[in-house]
Amino acid sequence: MKATVIVTLKPTVLDPQGMTIQRSLGSLGLTDITDVRQGKIFEVRLKNGSREQVERLAKEVLTNPVIEEYRVIWE
Amino acid sequence: MKFGVVIFPGSNCEQDCYYTIQSVLQQPVEYIWHQDTTVKGFDAVVLPGGFAYGDYLRTGALAKFSPVMRAVADFAKKGGLVIGICNGFQILTEAGMLPGALLRNVGLKYLCKFEYLRTETVDTPFTNLMTKGQLLHIPIGHGEGNFFADSETLKRIEDQDQVVFRYADAHGRVTPEANPNGSLNNIAGIVNDQRNVLGMMPHPDRAYESILGSADGKWIFESMVHALVTR
Repeated sequence: MKATVIVTLKPTVLDPQGMTIQRSLGSLGLTDITDVRQGKIFEVRLKNGSREQVERLAKEVLTNPVIEEYRVIWE
Repeated sequence: MKFGVVIFPGSNCEQDCYYTIQSVLQQPVEYIWHQDTTVKGFDAVVLPGGFAYGDYLRTGALAKFSPVMRAVADFAKKGGLVIGICNGFQILTEAGMLPGALLRNVGLKYLCKFEYLRTETVDTPFTNLMTKGQLLHIPIGHGEGNFFADSETLKRIEDQDQVVFRYADAHGRVTPEANPNGSLNNIAGIVNDQRNVLGMMPHPDRAYESILGSADGKWIFESMVHALVTR
C-alpha cells in the first residue's frame, strides 16, 4: 500500500522560497502566475494497511504544527 | 557549576561553547553525547550550533528524537538552565520547549555577520547581570533564523516578557532595517514561560574575547553562572 503525504506551510506563514520563485517568473514571460507556495512530498510504503501509523508519521515527524499542515493521499 | 554541551551528529559549535565555558568562564564543562539518556550532575545544558542530522526534513526536526532530548526536557521541567544557540534554538522550538518556529531567512541568504542585540529583559538567568536596553554586539550565522509564531502566541510571548533579545541598529533602535532575517518583532532570542530555557539565533560563543571582535557574549554565560551561584 502506498501513501503520499503532502506538507505545506500554513496559508498564514510567509514562504520566502515560494516568493522568490514567483518573482523570478517575469523573465520567463510567465506573468499570469501570481503566487507560488513551496511544499514537500513524501512517498510512503506500508504493509497491513496501517493508516494510523502514516497519520502519526505525518503529524509527529513530517510536519511542524506551528508552521505547517499536511494531507495524505492513499493509493 | 558544571556545564554540559550536547553533541548531535552534525553539531559544529560544540568546541566554541566548550572553550568559552572552560577557558573564559573557568567553569567545569563536559560534552554530552546525543545518545545519552541522562544529564544528571549538570547544572546547565548547552545545545550548540551546527546542522544536527544535516538539518534534514527541517532544522532541528530530527534532533528532537535523540534520546538525550527527553532528559534535557525533564531537566528543564525541574528548573535546570538550558541555552540553545542557533541550531540549538531551532531544536528547542521543534521539541516544543520554546514557542514559535524558525523559518528560512527573508531573502533566502545564509547570513554570517555581526549584529546588535537589544536586551529586552533582565529578569532571566541569562541576562541578570545586564541592564535593560543594553546593546550586545554578537554575530549571527544562519539560513533559517526568521522567527515566526502565530499572532496569539506572539502576543503571549510579548505580554509575558519572554522576548530577551531583539535585532537593533548601533543606536539600539529596533527598526525594520536592523532586522536581518525577517523575524517577527525583530526577535533574536526568547525564553520559555518558566524563564529557564533560552533560545537565541546569534552566537555568544563566537564573541567571548575581544580578539574575536567582541566579548559581549560573556554577559550571557556569566549571568548563567551568577544565577546558578545565587539560587
